[in-house]
Amino acid sequence: MRYLPTVGLEVHVQLKTRSKMFCACPVEFGAEPNAHTCPVCLGLPGALPVMNLEALRMTALSGLLLGCDIAPVCKFDRKNYFYPDMPKNYQISQYDMPLCAGGGVPLHDMAYPKDAQKNITHPDKVVRLVRIHLEEDVAKSFHFETSTGIDFNRAGTPLMEIVSEPEIDSPEEAFAYLTALKQILIHGGVSDADMEKGQLRCDCNVSVRPEGQKEFGAKIEIKNMNSISGVRRALAYEIARQIDACERGEALRQETRRWDDASGQTWLMRTKEYAHDYRYFPDPDLLPVKTDVLVGAVRGRLPELPAARRARYVADYGVSPYDAGVLANDIGLSSYFEAASKDSAKPKSVANWVLNDLLSALGASSGAIEACPVSPESLGKLVAVIERGEISGKQGKEVFAEMFATGKPPQTIIAEKGMKQESDTGAIEALCDQVIEANPKVVADYRAGKVSSINFLKGQVMKLSQGKANPGMVGEVLARKLADL
Amino acid sequence: MELTSLSLSEVREELRAKNVSPLEVLQALEERIARVDPAIRGYVARDFESAAAQAKNADVSLPLGGIPIAIKDVINVLGEPCACASKILRGYRSPYDATVVKKLRAAGAIPYGRTNMDEFAMGSSTENSSISPTYNPWDTSRIPGGSSGGSAAVVAADEAFAALGSDTGGSIRQPAALCGCAGLKPSYGRVSRFGLVAFASSLDQIGPFTKTVRDSALMLNAISGLDTQDSTSLDEPVPDYAATLGQDIKGLRLGMPKEYFVGGIDPRVDETVRAAIRHYESLGAEIVEVSLPHTGHAVGVYYIIATAEASANLARFDGVRYGHRAAGAANLLEQYGKTREEGFGAEVKRRIILGTYVLSSGYYDAYYLRAQKVRTLIRRDFTTAFDKVDAIVCPTSPEPAFKIGERSDDPLRMYLADIFTIAANLAGICGISIPCGFAQADGKALPIGLQLLGKPFDEARLLKLAHAYEQSTPWHKQKPVL
Repeated sequence: MRYLPTVGLEVHVQLKTRSKMFCACPVEFGAEPNAHTCPVCLGLPGALPVMNLEALRMTALSGLLLGCDIAPVCKFDRKNYFYPDMPKNYQISQYDMPLCAGGGVPLHDMAYPKDAQKNITHPDKVVRLVRIHLEEDVAKSFHFETSTGIDFNRAGTPLMEIVSEPEIDSPEEAFAYLTALKQILIHGGVSDADMEKGQLRCDCNVSVRPEGQKEFGAKIEIKNMNSISGVRRALAYEIARQIDACERGEALRQETRRWDDASGQTWLMRTKEYAHDYRYFPDPDLLPVKTDVLVGAVRGRLPELPAARRARYVADYGVSPYDAGVLANDIGLSSYFEAASKDSAKPKSVANWVLNDLLSALGASSGAIEACPVSPESLGKLVAVIERGEISGKQGKEVFAEMFATGKPPQTIIAEKGMKQESDTGAIEALCDQVIEANPKVVADYRAGKVSSINFLKGQVMKLSQGKANPGMVGEVLARKLADL
Repeated sequence: MELTSLSLSEVREELRAKNVSPLEVLQALEERIARVDPAIRGYVARDFESAAAQAKNADVSLPLGGIPIAIKDVINVLGEPCACASKILRGYRSPYDATVVKKLRAAGAIPYGRTNMDEFAMGSSTENSSISPTYNPWDTSRIPGGSSGGSAAVVAADEAFAALGSDTGGSIRQPAALCGCAGLKPSYGRVSRFGLVAFASSLDQIGPFTKTVRDSALMLNAISGLDTQDSTSLDEPVPDYAATLGQDIKGLRLGMPKEYFVGGIDPRVDETVRAAIRHYESLGAEIVEVSLPHTGHAVGVYYIIATAEASANLARFDGVRYGHRAAGAANLLEQYGKTREEGFGAEVKRRIILGTYVLSSGYYDAYYLRAQKVRTLIRRDFTTAFDKVDAIVCPTSPEPAFKIGERSDDPLRMYLADIFTIAANLAGICGISIPCGFAQADGKALPIGLQLLGKPFDEARLLKLAHAYEQSTPWHKQKPVL
């Protein structure tokens, strides 16, 4: 019998606001434990939360980028449960009125794992979202041999929870969903979405059912994946485990399992027998806020998303769809390309330089685009100089290598190397006259009909100019002078 | 005349005239406390050295310059204990000042002394303190009211010129009535709650206890206003509340809610309050009957909403980060359980359990949600009434102070002590209790309070009305014999 897996993802994303959700403490990863705390995020008696409106704006922005409906009123609720990483023993969250509802994440080919890009079952699938809500992050526990330490730096960081519909059909689709979602969030400037830093965390709900059966199987939640490929591996393992269990006739029940990346297995954490009653109720410390003004402000600053960028690069610049994807999907590369091609007459040439010379130089030096020694403006200038014929393509490569090594702008290098092409008509005309006079035989051949002879003369002029003459101009001047003879 | 028997306004004049120094005032107060507080037990902690240091540098030109103010043990004062009279916070010291305390300091006042209360402000008698009961200065065999019983008692006993309390369902007005002082509950949002340990966040409000209405106005001037650290504080203008005192009240309309005068009230209270209302009439006010039809539901609604909010607000007291932690727990769950079992008193536990219940899955709609709807109806009752009248006048408490221990085993009867005060918190309106006479019992005079209720942010008119009554009657001048 064939089994169909069904996956729904709950993704938690830390927003990159400057301060925390309900207090003025800075949001900073990697600080000294408990350096960024105050009575509010420590939940001390008497402290009160105040909403960070920038977090509301960023969530509304995410919602707009993902095509969600934004609630007219933003309301917070208290989610009650006891845990040492939750200083108030309730979390301020959103229950029945999430800030965003509906919408979806469009999957694209390059979002899939490389080895799966050839076998995409549902191209252009859009995974629909149930909701996005805003809440405060909890603290981080560190378990030592005989004690546990709690670092409250993370407590109160604005956290978006993005919940998908259970309509992801494979580990590869889950991979594509997370990759595409991450790209959108990064392009939107709402999060750095680095899973290793815990800025993006993902819980998977996965079930299997025999083909033909309508009802979903028992929903099993997996936690503790710290990379997108980890999610793929965990799902692949878990789906196989569940199918195996079904085939052995074992009844699966609702439970939570923990992914262990090292062993490549999931382990039972808890069954749902002790289901929590979170006793949600509206937080009386926070008055509901109308969102129309916030949403209006955000609408005015919607960034271009990777999908739109890819389409624009293909349509306007004539870049291949694959190249457009490479350029658009990575925010660093995309920003670099945008800056480099800003004033360019031929963005496609800039794209080629970025994709070929720049990426291979970066690859060879294992450098990141953000730390590239060649500024996008410099690369743009280099391409322009070549396009204008001021230096040859070959010289351009030499200049680029020097730019990458020294960080100097192209003009400086061209001047230092004396590469600047001679485009002064007077000087070129004098050189041409000189060559014509010194080579009467070749001139005669040309005039007798051997057109290719002009190349020899051209070569001579270039030689005389020590390679500096603009080859195009030399050709033109020679042809005119020979015809006028 | 003893220095400590002066009102806040009077001692302010003495300080400004340099007839006395802030340190001398503090010393006089401390001597008075040392002499009478063993019988009253209004204070749970004092730091004389710290207050004396502040007194030496006090600027008497400021509105409350150099005047010591007692603070209820539920409001954070930097470096001082803040136990909310609970075992679970024993030893806890505040790492910050509440906004009201910052404002008092800015006005030149010196926070001095922590006053006793019902644990976490839950109670009407101050018997639910984990430290000791507080005794009524008029009859030390009786309760001072609650939950701010310590603040009321120390003001009544001349152990403080003024004190801060908190009022969630009557916790300022009821003890003020029972101790014979003025107690003001400002409108919800008038005074910042930042630094007030929350009991029921949508009902709590900080306010002053004073010997006179003018002093209440001066205190309100100092503590009112928008606070960016409390999203429920409102950006309403803060007038000079003392400026309109003494103005004529002729033609102002006072409403008598018919539902508040239907029996069940101690006859001495009923008679005294009716006499006070007649007195208002003689001052030129017009008395109008009004109706608050949902009055009968107020206590029920209150005990659902207040306990629900409290169940979450008090969850943070778990022994993990601060306060009492039970020894010998085998695991985390046991540590939570034992800590809270040992740390909380019976009334607090009762309310946490009640609040947890009304929020539970399957009961939320029937209790919490419905209570919120009825709360809206109660608020509308007042809105409708205030279309007809400038303020409402009624008893503060249905009876004078009862005996210590008399109600301890009857929580339901205890809850009814707040029957006239609770609705103001549910509606977010302002209210004040002022002395309006005495009941005689066992050869002792027991104060009776008159309650005035006003529209949200209409404290100026409320104070003007209260002041007119006070200045034309002798009650506020009477002092307990100690």
